[in-house]
Order: sequence, then C-alpha cells, then structure tokens
Amino acid sequence: MKVLTGNDLKTGDVIWWTGEGWSRHVNDAVDAGEHPEAILAREEAAQRVVGSYAIDASVTGEGVRPAHIKERIRALGPTVRLDLSLKPADPAAGNWVI
Amino acid sequence: MYQYDQYDQAMVDARVAEFRDQVNRRLAGEMTEDQFKPLRLKNGLYLQLHAYMLRVAIPYGTLNSAQMRMLGDIADKYDRGYGHFTTRQNIQYNWIKLEDAGDILADLASVEMHAIQTSGNCIRNTTADQFAGAAADELEDPRPYAELLRQWSTFHPEFDYLPRKFKVAIIGSDTDRAAMKLHDIGIQIVKNAAGEIGCRFYVGGGMGRTPMIAPVIGDFVPPLQMISYLEACLRVYNRYGRRDNKYKARIKILVHEIGADEYRRQVEEEFAHILTLGLEPPPAELERIKGYFADPGFETGLSGDIDRSDPDFALWLDQNVHAHKQPGYAIVTISLKPTGGIPGDASADQIRLMADLAKAHSFDELRVTHAQNIVLPHVKKADLYALWQKLDAAGLASANLDLISDIIACPGLDYCSLANARSIPVAQKISERFADLGRQRELGELKLKISGCINACGHHHAGHIGILGVDRKGVENYQLLLGGSEGADTSLGTITGPGFNEDGIVDAVEKATDVYLAQRTDGERFLDTYRRIGMAPFKEAIYG
Amino acid sequence: MVENALRYRDDEPVADPAVTVDAFAEQTNASAVRIEPGDDARILLPHLGRLSLVEVNFPAYTDGRGYSAARILREHGYDGELRAVGDVLLDQLSHMRRCGFDSFAPNQAIDRAAADKALATWPEVYQKTVDGRAAIWAKRHGLA
Repeated sequence: MKVLTGNDLKTGDVIWWTGEGWSRHVNDAVDAGEHPEAILAREEAAQRVVGSYAIDASVTGEGVRPAHIKERIRALGPTVRLDLSLKPADPAAGNWVI
Repeated sequence: MYQYDQYDQAMVDARVAEFRDQVNRRLAGEMTEDQFKPLRLKNGLYLQLHAYMLRVAIPYGTLNSAQMRMLGDIADKYDRGYGHFTTRQNIQYNWIKLEDAGDILADLASVEMHAIQTSGNCIRNTTADQFAGAAADELEDPRPYAELLRQWSTFHPEFDYLPRKFKVAIIGSDTDRAAMKLHDIGIQIVKNAAGEIGCRFYVGGGMGRTPMIAPVIGDFVPPLQMISYLEACLRVYNRYGRRDNKYKARIKILVHEIGADEYRRQVEEEFAHILTLGLEPPPAELERIKGYFADPGFETGLSGDIDRSDPDFALWLDQNVHAHKQPGYAIVTISLKPTGGIPGDASADQIRLMADLAKAHSFDELRVTHAQNIVLPHVKKADLYALWQKLDAAGLASANLDLISDIIACPGLDYCSLANARSIPVAQKISERFADLGRQRELGELKLKISGCINACGHHHAGHIGILGVDRKGVENYQLLLGGSEGADTSLGTITGPGFNEDGIVDAVEKATDVYLAQRTDGERFLDTYRRIGMAPFKEAIYG
Repeated sequence: MVENALRYRDDEPVADPAVTVDAFAEQTNASAVRIEPGDDARILLPHLGRLSLVEVNFPAYTDGRGYSAARILREHGYDGELRAVGDVLLDQLSHMRRCGFDSFAPNQAIDRAAADKALATWPEVYQKTVDGRAAIWAKRHGLA
C-alpha cells in the first residue's frame, strides 16, 4: 500500500497521513490509494505538512512497516539515540529498522 | 580573537530581522516551500530525516568561551541537549522547530555568531588550521586572512546563486591540518625567495562523487590582492561552471574540463580587470584585523617540565597534546570520540564544561577541528594535569587522537535525508572492536573516515581507511577504501572490492590492520605500508 | 511601460523592444538588448554607447549568471537602464541592486513598498561593488 509522510511545517516532526489528518505514529498511517498527489498538494498548500511524499508500506503483525529503511528510521527516530526515538524504553527497537 | 564592531553587529542583526520576516511569510502562507527552501538554507536550516536541522557557523573554527557556552545553552533551550560538531568546523542541532529559528539566530547574534551561508549554493563558512596562532611550525597566522575572507564573502551579491556550494580553507603552515587541497579553493600562506608573504591558491579540489585534488592556480598572490583574486576565481566559476547537472556543477569539474591552464588564464584576465576597480580593502584593514589575533598575554620563563607519573595522563599527553610556539605552553585536543560514542557529538553540559575550561586554561579560546574534535589552543603546561582530570571526569579524556578510533563520520542515515546507509553505528562498532588503547597505539596513526553516501561528508576518499555506505536493494552495504590522505601528501583512496554488511565491514577493517602489522617496516604508518606494498596483499587478506 | 515593472531611475523608460544578443550584433541601430544566462555580456562592451536598455533574463532565480553579467556591464561604464527580467523574487532584489540592476520586471508582481523594504535590508555592506555604496572597510578607515 501507499502511505504518506512528511514533516510538520512548524515543529519539523515526522508525520504520517491518517486519512483525516497527520499523526506522529506510523501505525496510524492508512493506505492513501493510488492517487495520493492530490492529498499531498492540498495538505502542503494548507501549510500542514512540508517535504511530503508517498512511500510503499505493508501491514505486518507489528503494524505498518515502510518498505525502505529510510522511512523505517524516520518512523522510529535515530537508531543511535533510542532515548530520543518514539520507543525510548525498548533497547531492541533498532532491530525493527533493518 | 576577532570582535565585532558596530558594522559587523549591524549585519548579523539585520540578518536576524530578515530571516524572522522570511519565516513569518512562510508560516503565513505567503511563500511556497520551493521559494522558502533556498532562503532557509542560506541560514543553515535544513529539513532533515526527523526534523529541521540548524547548522551554525563557527568562522574558521574559532570561538570564545561565551560563544561556546551559548552553543550549549541553545542545545538545552531549543534542541534535545546536545550538538554535533561537523567536518566543516561548524555545529549542527538536529531537532529545531521552524518557529524557534528566529529566536535562535537572535541568541547567536548576542554573542557575535550566526548561521549565515552555512548551506546553499554560495560561499560557505571558511575553514582553517585548528592550530592557527599556536602551532610551532606556523609561518603566518591564517585567521586574519580568514576573517577578511569571511567579511568579503558575507552577503556577496554576485555569488549567492553559484552553480553549486563553494568551500574555502586556509592554512599558514607546511603541515596541512585542514584538508586544504580537497576544497573548492585552498589557500596556503607561503613565503617566496625574497622572504615576502603570499597566498598560494589551489582551486578545484573536492570530495563528493568525483573526488579531485586541487591544482595550483595562483602560485603567489600578494596578501593585499587576495580578495581581488578570489573575486576573479569566483566570477569565472559563476559564469562558466556547469548548471545543467548538479553532480557536475562544482568548480572541480570546470577546472578539470577546461584544464588548469585555461582556468588560470581566464582568472588572470579577470584578475587584471578587477585590480583596476579598487575592490580590495586597504592594508590598514588587514592590520586592524591582525590586531585582534595578536598573541594573548603568554607568560615567559615558564618551566617546560610535566609530571608524567600518572600513566593514564601520560598516554593522553603523548597522544592529544601538541607542541606550542610559546615555551611553557601546549596545544590540547579534546577528543569527541569515546569508545562506542557518536563522533562529534557533545552534550550541552560537555559543551559548557569545555567553555569553562577554555576560560580557565586557554585564554578564553577554543577551536573546532575538521576531524570533529575540540582544541584548547593555549594551555600552560603546568595546568595540563588539572585540565586532564576535569576532562576525564566528564568523559572527555579519550587519548585517541589520530588513532583508529578517532573516526570521522557523517551523521548518516540516522539523521540525514541524503544518506544511503548509517555511518554512526559502524563507527561505534569499530571503536568498540579496537577499544583497547594499547592495541590502537600499536597501530599508530590511522585515519578512518566514514560517509553514509557518495556526497562524502565523512571524507571517506581521504581516509587511510575509508568506508562508504551505499544502498544495495534497500539494504545497507559498506565499501572499503584504502590509501587516502588529506595532509600535505593528499591522495584519494581506492575501493578494495565488493562491499560488506555492518559486521563484515568491521571484520574487513580488522583484517586490513592485520596486514599492516605483519608487513610494516620500522617507522611505517598504515598509509606508508599501503603505499609501499599496494592493494594486493590487503585484498587477499580481506577477500581471500 | 512593462507590466509589473519596478524602476529605480529618474529618466524616461525606453520604449524600444529588446533584441537578442545575436540580433543586436546585426542591427546597428538597436538600442535595447536582452541577455540570456548563457550569453557573454562582454560581447556588448564595444557597443555600450548606443545602448539605453539591457535586460538580463533570469529563467530561474537559482541561475546566478545574470549577477555577473550585470556587474561586468556596470564595471565597464554602462549607465543605461539595467533590468532584471523573469523569475525575479523579492528576496533577490537587494543583491541584484548591488550588482547594478536599477529596474525589475518580475514574472510575479512585487509590491513597491515590499520592494523598497527589501532593498533596505542591509544597513551596511562588506563589499565594494557597482552601486556606489561605501564598503564597511572604507567607512572604518575614513575612505568613504
């Protein structure tokens, strides 16, 4: 499936398209369908997101998994500073990105 | 150190106001991201993998303790309690909010700092020898020239939309500690047969996907014509540098394609014209700037003796302390490369501690090195032990300068949106593999440099051992290079062969060091042995 | 008058249409010319006397060749109208002015008041260029 990601214009936070708005958690991401350009254009124009793009992803037992490592790292946070990631309490969280 | 006068201050204050206005226009929807992006980049504000990143300029890598302290405070106030010192002697913050950017620039301006031209296709922050004004082997202090260059390049109206970014480095010693020949322009201050000082211009070096060592273009430019010569070099580049392909847009490609002789001819022609225009600041301006870089009040008659009875201190002394031009003083390099650490990262507390130590022990002065360490340039030998104890207590006394764990690494895919692979975890694993300091010292000088993509921010081409992270079908893969160097003997590394995964590259590095240990002759560094015996024995050990 | 024009000159605007550099070489009576980014502005130097308008086209604002073209013309004494045309944006006006442009014909209209404010962005300047402003070094040493 295609999911949409970008950064919050004001805060820079990594965000994911939920179908109604944007969430910081990749597991909230939904399939944006085959024509996500219109959503991205509208949301960029409305100043809600910046640097947005569509990526391939799949749904696994653990939740939404972006197809490429780059977006998996975006979804988690820096693997070398898990204390600053979205899973600060999980010392093995970095394994998910590989 | 240089201090702003009312003019310099007015310029950075105007920049803060301008950028606040630009941010407000962006947030108000008056500008699209396409229009805003180059403007924020000219203030070093990137949109990175996780957030906005702000790169703050540290002109020629020199700063005072109040400035260093502010860098620590900004890390706490606007970021997540740390900063990353870069290979261009700057500092980056990884978690900046766009709405805070104006306030951060205002805080920086309050201590005579800024983020001007730390990105974008313009003349970037000038780098310099981190031992400037302190090195025992120095011919002339490059900092006054670097400051003259800073002012000339700041908001230069003609060169704000160059074909590509433009980096200048300047040194004043025979020993090149600034990778000078791997810059768009490298300036070495030299002396001619008549004993006069001049600037030797190397133009068209660089790393990236097409690494090149800069040829000499201007062999001896009088210091009072340096600005005019720069103007000529840049104008030829601005007019004729390629703009059809961003990967061929750096000046190195222009110089390579038309040849050094033709480029030199065009520069000379332009230079002759520019000299008629009176663009050069007067001699009094260089003298004024030089006044700020006069020696601090060194004491004389100091003892050169150091008590080496603490063995850990002695190791640090041998590895991280260099000769100073002034008897009784030494140059201290604080390693930001602890075992398993993130190269170049420092916490806000560490940054403030280094500021305090500079105030107490180094005439209020610090330097950032392109190898991502911090220098206290003027430390009394009698203070070294007390200084080392304070550093040790803060985890800042790694005695590994220029050893295999003193790794240069770009932020890589953990932070950077351009990266193809992570760099930092590889650096961490190598430093852990070679954690034993005795083993590192046995290997001797060994410069290991890691980039997470072909853009080469981690200088992998110039590492005695270089590592390049690539993306192989969505999986991180690491290529090994051997034989690079960035000093006076600048050379570019050669790829050994097929790449490795993260653990495999650590093993390959170890095998390469084993070859060196088995084959070296007396006094040979890793690089010397490689140059003598060539790639074959290393290849055999690594892939055999 | 050109649409969207911002003019910082007191004389009357030139009505002649600007011709290409190639056409200019053949038309000995042309008084207005348009320079594209790849054109060598130095070709015009022998003809500055008969020129009263030079347009410098910026197809994309990121292509900075026009800044050098403008300065070269001014450095060689051209004192007619020098107009930046095309993808000319508010945040570039100040630098363009410093390189010798004294009129602007942007694709997207720029409000005159906003333009005036942008041109006043820098209270001082570090470089001597062709706009007559005294560089900071000149002020510091009583040369201005």
